[in-house]
Amino acid sequence: MTEPRQDIYGLMGEFVSPEEILHAASEARKAGFKYISAYSPFPVEGLAHAIGFPKTGVPRITLLGGLLGCLGGFGLQYWCSAITYPINVAGRPLNSWPAFIPVTFEMTILGAATSAVIGMLALNLLPQPYHPVFNVERFARATTDRFFLVIESRDPKFHLAETARFLQSVHAHHVHEVSNAE
Amino acid sequence: MSDIEPVEHQPEIRRLDPVLEPGYTYASVTDKIAAVVLTRPPSMGWIAGFSVSFCLVMVLFVSLAWLITKGVGIWGINIPIGWGFAIVNFVWWIGIGHAGTLISAILFLLNQKWRTSINRFAEAMTLFAVACAGIFPLIHTGRPWMAYYMMPYPSTMGIWPQFRSPLIWDVFAVSTYATVSLMFWFVGLLPDLATLRDRAKNRTQQVIYGIFSMGWRGSAHHWHRYQSAYLLLAGLATPLVLSVHTVVSFDFAVAIVPGWHTTIFPPYFVAGAIYSGFAMVLTLAIPLRKAYGLEDFITMRHLDNMAKVMLATGMIVAYGYAIEFFMAFYSGNKFDVFLAEQRLHGPYSHFYFALILCNILTPQLLWIEKVRRNVAALFVMSLVVNTGMWLERFVIVVISLTRDYMPSAWGRYSATFWDYSTFAGTIGLFVMLIFLFVRALPAIAIAEMRELVLEQSESREEKP
Repeated sequence: MTEPRQDIYGLMGEFVSPEEILHAASEARKAGFKYISAYSPFPVEGLAHAIGFPKTGVPRITLLGGLLGCLGGFGLQYWCSAITYPINVAGRPLNSWPAFIPVTFEMTILGAATSAVIGMLALNLLPQPYHPVFNVERFARATTDRFFLVIESRDPKFHLAETARFLQSVHAHHVHEVSNAE
Repeated sequence: MSDIEPVEHQPEIRRLDPVLEPGYTYASVTDKIAAVVLTRPPSMGWIAGFSVSFCLVMVLFVSLAWLITKGVGIWGINIPIGWGFAIVNFVWWIGIGHAGTLISAILFLLNQKWRTSINRFAEAMTLFAVACAGIFPLIHTGRPWMAYYMMPYPSTMGIWPQFRSPLIWDVFAVSTYATVSLMFWFVGLLPDLATLRDRAKNRTQQVIYGIFSMGWRGSAHHWHRYQSAYLLLAGLATPLVLSVHTVVSFDFAVAIVPGWHTTIFPPYFVAGAIYSGFAMVLTLAIPLRKAYGLEDFITMRHLDNMAKVMLATGMIVAYGYAIEFFMAFYSGNKFDVFLAEQRLHGPYSHFYFALILCNILTPQLLWIEKVRRNVAALFVMSLVVNTGMWLERFVIVVISLTRDYMPSAWGRYSATFWDYSTFAGTIGLFVMLIFLFVRALPAIAIAEMRELVLEQSESREEKP
């Protein structure tokens, strides 16, 4: 094991197809690398799984937001109509819950949708204007037609020369050093 | 694909047009769509179209300024016809705003591949239509600067909104719809904004797209959460889109006015909304694909499918009209019967017959495949349907209000110059926003098109 170099974020292999990056990612996992990330211009099925990321918290956050919206929406109407501003209309019940359903429904959707979006962004740590991978010039093509696999230098198995050789062995078309310097 | 098969071995099934013409790569779809925004200079057509719509927006501003100065008396509304053009236009615009989310959410859940190249601008259209719709109830209140009274907030007066009123439901439904549509649109745009950031030619573009793309870098972790969130949003937007026009129809159906108080309203309003929305998508898609040479992405398959959806929803609307008449006579309620007769023989009967012509009779031509494949005919048809849907709202609002229960409460309605100028102004606003949109943001979802390229190449490999 070599001393991790502070100025290097990691090594980046460049691939041209989803199959190539899937293969490279699973090989990297097999080789025992832990700090791997993969970049693609569109979602590649199975890639998150291949780099060891099976579950996302987004659905749970969405459920929570939806419940909060639902209870909050109904609670707001109940509190307004029955507690703080009760109006007696010919003795009709103050808690006329069927009339509260549309707003409760809308608030449920609003709560769930907002938390899905904000939850997704927050878990992804976005907005994040700077990231070391942007230091690689060719990485601009990650949003067009290239696929990248990054093995980070903090990985215990990381070794500059050997990891570069590993990336070449899984058919990376180019291997780039990702510098940490801003 | 290239090997030529003998004709007699061709399968009997009629070949569908592709959703994406063959021969594209990840890079070439990206280039073609991004070029519209990044490199192409604005064409003369764009400048002319933008200028005309910009002038109409000025007309809108003048109309609104005059309205705020003088009050709603400048419109044709009176007692008993308190709901004139403002509500007609509101319902019309919000209906148009339904197709975007329908295409994005429902067709996504149904895994319809043809949605990919039209969902982005259909969503944009939704947002702009909802923005136009939102103006009308606001100015119709008479004192738009007091509109915040409709929101529940702890005021010093100690009063709260009446949550049993459909008008308050409407506030929540429309504002939720606008918010969720905006988020859905933004989430879809995120990877494409990153594409534009990485391809931007100058510093200004880089900074602007850089800010809005939030540092998206297409990491597999990101995509994983992104897809999860997108699927959830689609699932949430589906009941939402159906609920919005349902709630709008409650504005009418909960009232006891003859012609409004019917249970058919919610489904028939939703069908009408989708009908007019698809018509508007066609109205926009046909010039867009022509002007920017996007015929390979928005193919005949898309136009054909949209025409079919229009035909289907048009038939549901026709059923709604039929049931209205049937229920009026079947119920034996003399006020309902009278109103039905008023539609046919009353002072506004020409609106009703024009509506039947536009919404029911003309679209029957869409049964003919030749018409569905004729781009010019489809364009005209989409304009006819949009006119028809506007007439439908006019018939619902005005005929019912002019013929209430008491003959002493009968009245007449005619729109004034300011009614027309405000309406024309919102059309200008809508068109201007569309013009700005196609120049500033990718009108077709690039990342999704790349997936389509992948699928196309996979399906080609699978063929023997």
